[in-house]
Amino acid sequence: MTDAPYDLAPGEVSIFGRAARMAASGVGIYTIGLVLAVILTATSFWVANTSLLWALGVPMGLVVLAIAQMGVHLVFFLHITTAPDNTNNVLALAFGVLIVFLVVVGSLWIMTDLNTNMMQSAEQMNLMRP
Amino acid sequence: MNVAVAVYDVKQDAFAPASEAGPAPKRVVVGFGFWVFLLSDIVMFSALFAAYAVLVHATAGGPAGPQLFNQVSVAIQTACLLASSYTCGLMSLAVSAQRRLDTYRFAFVTFALGAAFLALEIREFAGMIASGAAPQTSAFLSAYFTVVGCHGLHVTAGLIWLAVMMAQVAIKGFRPAVDRRLLCFALFWHALDIIWVWLFIAVYLMGVLP
Amino acid sequence: MNLLGKLTWSAIPFDQPIIMGASGGVVLVIMAILGWVTLKGYVPYLWREWITSVDHKRIGVMYIVLGLIMLLRGFADAIMMRSQQAIAAGGAQGYLPPEHFDQIFSAHGTIMIFFVAMPLVIGLMNFAVPLQLGIRDVAFPTLNSVSLWLTASGILLTNVSLAVGEFAKTGWVAYPPLSELQFSPGVGVDYYLWSLQISGIGTLLTGINFVTTILKIRAPGMSYMRMPVFCWTALASNLMIVAVFPILTATFAMLLLDRYLGFHFFTVDAGGNAMMYVNLFWMWGHPEVYILVLPAFGIFSEVAATFSGKPLFGYRSMVAATMAICVLSLTVWLHHFFTMGASANVNAVFGIASMIIGVPTGVKIFNWMFTMYGGRIRFSVPVLWTIGFMVTFVLGGLTGVLLAVPPVDWQVHNSAFLVAHFHHVIIPGVIFGVFAGYIYWFPKAFGFILDERWGRRAFWCWFIGFHVAFMPIYVVGLMGMTRRLQHYDVVSWQPWLVVAAAGVAVIFAGIVCQIVQLVVSIRQREKLRDVTGDPWNGRTLEWSTASPPPAWNFAVLPRVAERDAFWAHKVRAKHGQLAQAREYKSIEVPKNTLTGFVNAFFAVVIGFALIWHIWWMAALGAIGAFVTFLAFAFREQDEVEMTAETIARFNRAHPTEVAL
Repeated sequence: MTDAPYDLAPGEVSIFGRAARMAASGVGIYTIGLVLAVILTATSFWVANTSLLWALGVPMGLVVLAIAQMGVHLVFFLHITTAPDNTNNVLALAFGVLIVFLVVVGSLWIMTDLNTNMMQSAEQMNLMRP
Repeated sequence: MNVAVAVYDVKQDAFAPASEAGPAPKRVVVGFGFWVFLLSDIVMFSALFAAYAVLVHATAGGPAGPQLFNQVSVAIQTACLLASSYTCGLMSLAVSAQRRLDTYRFAFVTFALGAAFLALEIREFAGMIASGAAPQTSAFLSAYFTVVGCHGLHVTAGLIWLAVMMAQVAIKGFRPAVDRRLLCFALFWHALDIIWVWLFIAVYLMGVLP
Repeated sequence: MNLLGKLTWSAIPFDQPIIMGASGGVVLVIMAILGWVTLKGYVPYLWREWITSVDHKRIGVMYIVLGLIMLLRGFADAIMMRSQQAIAAGGAQGYLPPEHFDQIFSAHGTIMIFFVAMPLVIGLMNFAVPLQLGIRDVAFPTLNSVSLWLTASGILLTNVSLAVGEFAKTGWVAYPPLSELQFSPGVGVDYYLWSLQISGIGTLLTGINFVTTILKIRAPGMSYMRMPVFCWTALASNLMIVAVFPILTATFAMLLLDRYLGFHFFTVDAGGNAMMYVNLFWMWGHPEVYILVLPAFGIFSEVAATFSGKPLFGYRSMVAATMAICVLSLTVWLHHFFTMGASANVNAVFGIASMIIGVPTGVKIFNWMFTMYGGRIRFSVPVLWTIGFMVTFVLGGLTGVLLAVPPVDWQVHNSAFLVAHFHHVIIPGVIFGVFAGYIYWFPKAFGFILDERWGRRAFWCWFIGFHVAFMPIYVVGLMGMTRRLQHYDVVSWQPWLVVAAAGVAVIFAGIVCQIVQLVVSIRQREKLRDVTGDPWNGRTLEWSTASPPPAWNFAVLPRVAERDAFWAHKVRAKHGQLAQAREYKSIEVPKNTLTGFVNAFFAVVIGFALIWHIWWMAALGAIGAFVTFLAFAFREQDEVEMTAETIARFNRAHPTEVAL
């Protein structure tokens, strides 16, 4: 039965690799995930509030931290790995990320372009940075 | 388990790839289906979030992020939700080991932390509305209340679901169906935390930048 | 506080004879049918076998019934529009006042896309995909029933708007600011929004269901590259449903918030941005047309291969083209609003993308042609629909590539040329495909084939009628006529519009032929009986079952070793290579449930209540829906056992061509 390589349900621990060894002490995975997430969260708050960083790089830094924390959640809480029994789940996630990217970036690109192009006066369209 | 039905004398590979192994077990099917649903839900959030990103400066002369967002409250909310994700994970472990009391305990803590998150969020919303920053004031506020409020509604739905699941555990025990539903709940709850990560970073933290 | 919200007797348009006549007629017909069904004692049978059924085959049939009935309603709208435009030239005002005409073109588009094309396509996927995959049912049968009945809820609400209140006058796209409360204070837009939100949930659940089914539940041995092409197109279509319907849900939710709670997403004041609606709507809207057309392409693939007696040419390139369309369709949406003020850079990117997306479709056309080339083609009715599609769709697609060029689009955006274009691709693409699939799979669903003669007549009426109806529309579009005109002053357009109206009459004859075909076939069903289960000498697994298949589809799941699995079985059978003895085991079949039907009832209650601002009724409806859900969650028995005896008895009574 264990030989039949059925895919895993998302959220189940893979039988491959390190995850298998740690499965016995399941609490371990979640605890490490929690610690990493807390560190990333605290860092995000610090980055947003500090004056030590170059101001124009802060949004990019926050996005990177968000992606990192999303990764922590996916790996440690949702057990999404690159193991072969997880391929369907990873592909579905990739598809979802693609859609989100197209929706958000596509909308922002088109809408800012529209507004720049159609700008009549600063009062009429309230999308200029104050 | 390979449902190898030998209809012909065709040589069968005992180690056929997963794509040829026939129908997957129910737990895998349910888990994957729910995963696809979650991804669709995330797409819905992304549309709301795109609207927010486009309208973030459309304050119509009214208040904007820096005047409204309270970082301390957001930090506590984030801590609550993150901790609840952790306790949900512990609950999942208790479920797979079929430890009923632990399941109830961790579920209760998860519920409490989720409820705390909601209470803080409702307080924040009420405060904003009372001070004149209602969703009807400007497009920015409409978008803010909608994207954050939608997440809050999902958390509320999750809490109701958790309560129903505990009733199911009490009445039906750890049947396969109940197990599958708890797996789905865990996926849901963790996904909500992922969405919150994006919300608190892109809405709140970026919203208070000078 | 009015107990019935905004609802008063004045909601019923007693002063509009056409609407009263139509509504009265519909109500009478419905009462007559319900009366007949009750008196004949069919209600228990219908309840047990159809309404509470979670069987994908039954659900598929019901979707198609819904779609075909709504085709009649949408077509009635078309007749009204064409006849109005044929006479309302110069001084003449026609017989439809603007407020009514606006509702008609809005209803026509909404109904045709959401309540005709979607149910027909989803119905065919429901019926055929599990059978083609060699499995017993979809991943989530009860969810399937919920989806069907939520679609029915949306249909019911939209149709109620005819008699109680009004429908939207904004066009089927409902752009703000016209669709905002300020400019559409009536209930019309609310009917539109709630009907589509409710049925949209159903559609999203279908998407999840089929993605999971196709990826996780297939017969043993059926790897991805051994799936029938129809299943690949179903997969792509459902992936797109999962990807884009949430966008529509969010967009409509934002418009609803504007209308109900005074939010400012798309309003003209307080910073609202109406263009954001347009942007988000078409992010859904463009993939939607591919959601509709890809399964139709899959049907054409099956029909071409079966009736040419050859395997489909270029299976791998077909799969690649399908998945390419799936992804590319998400990158072209701005071509629906080239004229709305984006810069040349943005327009150019989307224009180029819109041209690129024609390439995979071209690949498919060549594959179908090469499939038929060198084959022994049987010119059955499905093949007629297929060839009619190929000839017509290519031309329609060419006008699409033309429109993809922004400078050209700037001349003809929102003109009749555009109207002609999209009908020129949707009708041959989706409708002809659905009709081909309807004829193709009808014998499998009901056990007898449809009359051929009337089928041919229907095809030729549709084919000729379509061209007569829509080619003149291109001409008036180039002459400057815009879309959605209740009346026009340029009298030189009139002859063309009269010809178009005549075309609609020919299509009407086609629909009559289809109705006659159904009646005649039912009358002569013994003569037309499909005894073997394989009336077309098919290639895929659905033809290996009895017609109609039993609830469990396959007594034993087929073991698949190559593409066109059933054809391979037949070849082996001819060479005597089939195993003989078999032992039947009992099978667990999902249990019927009234969850879908009852939930949909509460959805109608909630929708109607929200439209008319009857808040207590909406709350009650929500509680009812929640209780229904709880009842389902706590039910004891999930499945019903079909004993080995039952299965053996069925197989003895229905020996199929190749016993599996």
